[in-house]
Amino acid sequence: MTENKKQMPQELKEKLRAGFNLEWRKELRKSIPVKERMKLSRKKMPERNPDERNTDFTEVNLGLDLKKAQEEAQRCMDCANPQCVMGCPVGIDIPSFIKLIEIGDFVKSIRVLKETNGLPAICGRVCPQETQCEDVCTMKKGTGIPVAIGNLERFIADYEREQGEMFIPELPPPTGKKVAILGAGPAGLTVAGDLARKGHKVTIFEALHVAGGVLVYGIPEFRLPKKILKAEVDYLIKLGVEIKTNFVVGKTATMEDLKKEGYNAFFIGTGAGLPNFMRIPGENLIGVYSANEYLTRVNLMHAYAFPEYDTPVFLAKNAIVLGGGNVAMDSVRTAKRLGAKTSTIVYRRSRVEMPARVEEVHHAEEEGIKFHFLTTPTRFIGDDNGRLKAMECLKMELGEPDSSGRRRPIPIEGSEFIMNCDMAVVAIGNSPNPLIPQTTPELKVGRWGNVEVDWETMATSMEGVFAGGDIIRGGATVILAMGDARVAAKEIDKYLSTKKVQKKVPKKKK
Amino acid sequence: MPKILQRKRLVPNVHLIEIEAPEIARKCKPGQFVIIMPDEFGERIPLTIGDWDEDKGSVTVVFIVVGTSTHKLSLLEEGDEVPVFVGPLGKVSKIEKFGTVVCSGGCFGISAIYPIARAMKKAGNKVITLLDVKANYLLYWEEKLRAVSDEFFVSARDDFFNCKDYVPDVLKNIVKKEKIDRVVSIGCTYLMYTSSQATRSKGIKTIVSLNPIMVDGTGMCGACRVTVDGKTKFACVDGPDFDGHLVDWEELFARRKSYFDEEIHSLSDWEKKTFP
Repeated sequence: MTENKKQMPQELKEKLRAGFNLEWRKELRKSIPVKERMKLSRKKMPERNPDERNTDFTEVNLGLDLKKAQEEAQRCMDCANPQCVMGCPVGIDIPSFIKLIEIGDFVKSIRVLKETNGLPAICGRVCPQETQCEDVCTMKKGTGIPVAIGNLERFIADYEREQGEMFIPELPPPTGKKVAILGAGPAGLTVAGDLARKGHKVTIFEALHVAGGVLVYGIPEFRLPKKILKAEVDYLIKLGVEIKTNFVVGKTATMEDLKKEGYNAFFIGTGAGLPNFMRIPGENLIGVYSANEYLTRVNLMHAYAFPEYDTPVFLAKNAIVLGGGNVAMDSVRTAKRLGAKTSTIVYRRSRVEMPARVEEVHHAEEEGIKFHFLTTPTRFIGDDNGRLKAMECLKMELGEPDSSGRRRPIPIEGSEFIMNCDMAVVAIGNSPNPLIPQTTPELKVGRWGNVEVDWETMATSMEGVFAGGDIIRGGATVILAMGDARVAAKEIDKYLSTKKVQKKVPKKKK
Repeated sequence: MPKILQRKRLVPNVHLIEIEAPEIARKCKPGQFVIIMPDEFGERIPLTIGDWDEDKGSVTVVFIVVGTSTHKLSLLEEGDEVPVFVGPLGKVSKIEKFGTVVCSGGCFGISAIYPIARAMKKAGNKVITLLDVKANYLLYWEEKLRAVSDEFFVSARDDFFNCKDYVPDVLKNIVKKEKIDRVVSIGCTYLMYTSSQATRSKGIKTIVSLNPIMVDGTGMCGACRVTVDGKTKFACVDGPDFDGHLVDWEELFARRKSYFDEEIHSLSDWEKKTFP
């Protein structure tokens, strides 16, 4: 599942160059010298008080206000070679939208953003900007502190939504082509938006009763309020996208059935909906959850508002979450909010190897989350009623780097110890959901159950079928899924007009 | 949203709902289930499909009223809509010509066994239907089931029917008298467990349709983990049918009670609000 490092496409280079050479941009650059811009300090994202926010589900970050956003926008020196654009998996024209914020043309700014990103309010909140656009920001090279691109993206998207009027682009005449999208997660929603704007008739099939995929069942309200997701989904509906919820492709109808109904192309974005477990004794005790189950109960089924909502969730006194990614952070912070006295991360490597975003780890610590590094569970221990009461762990030390480049954790013999806990959430990743591969025998699938694609076109081994997101990657991020989706949408559009795909995965051998 | 065509009480505490769902009706096979949610506050409840009508485009499920969400379901009326009705989920029951098959059901399982008995009959098996009810007035779908059975037994705790023994004891008698090739059992966990025990010594393949707690029903959450033959399986995608002789019943009994206290809390809270 590797990707080639991409060169900046000629087309994008020219577009950025044209923007850079606009008269108003030249003047704006002159108005504040680069040296002055470098002196400006990064505007801190306002946050709610940790002791207040760790008891409720309201959003942690409050967002930059207009004045602060414009001040932050001044920090961008509008460089001639904007590396940030290449750092972004969907190639947003970052200098343009930031400079438009600086001059106060918010309407134009949001249009620029939406040319390449259909879900900016979401990406502004959940993208790991610090390892993408902000990591390669020229300001970071100069001063060590990058422009707050993510916070500005969030600002402009929120600004538009709060003004109450969403910009709906003019749609071309209908092409008469029908596209079926499997899964209403970040990848599916992105493809849908792009293809609807090309005039195709798009239908999204979603197994759950709410659109959003991981954005609705996984990412908690305190990080991504559901009303923001709803606004983005409503926008797609305004573009003419049809969303069929309660529809499990592979069960309610197969891809073959849909083909017979006249769908001309398909996009599979069914995600990594199969939780991995530790495979250690006691894992089926009551009180051991997969992160998917725990978060789905709380987010999708609103168990935090039990008994107003019927679905319950355990209210742990001593919660343990196994794993070091963003899902682990979401789970451990959720447990704290549901009243846990102690809410602890148990991770087998050390702090620096944790894949979670720095901001999330920082927020978790502020909220009183404990961390147990270099520790791995060996078994879960239950009481007479089959309920979890403790966990036996083993201490680890770091050895040589493994294939991921991170130092491999090695168990220390005889270091077993017991941790008391009444709930354990296993957040060690997910595998691709097997439903579509199982019911679509012609589809070529890799070793890990991932759908195989050509990385340049996102085409699978089946004619007219494309895929992207976690179904091809295993567990990854929202923005990588959207990056795949953007490529796939472009290729699907090409395929619909020419019936040809440049490159795809060879057909499955019979 | 899916519309209710019919909701009626079949016998005390057991209700039938027929829902407009043409796409699901086209795909239904014996042994599969749907997930239904009574309203936007409800739980996602898995129910085994009792019957379907492809021409009418409808699917029928039978359920017993236990907790808040099933109580809410039992109050729905014709024309009401539900936010979730999704399926058909789970693997299809294995249907082929085995020889003589005992189809056994109790409670909601009387409806759930019907499509399997019908398909077993059609596949050329001799079908012995064996139902369990606490009392004679709790029996439903008798005519439907008789029509697809070669032999028909009802075991009830009163004197009304031909036997008073609990189903597993009847089963033991049947397998003593006749060569049985397969048993399919659907109902409460205890019924399925004891039925599996009854056939274990003779080694007769006994299929049970497991009923653990579920949330999404598509393999995403893992709430429905069961241990079968020492391995963890997800009942929603690997089942719901499993070999009853290989199921870790103790674990299933425990896990089904995971939210016992919460369920009582939820129900009393809802009753106070709904019937002040």
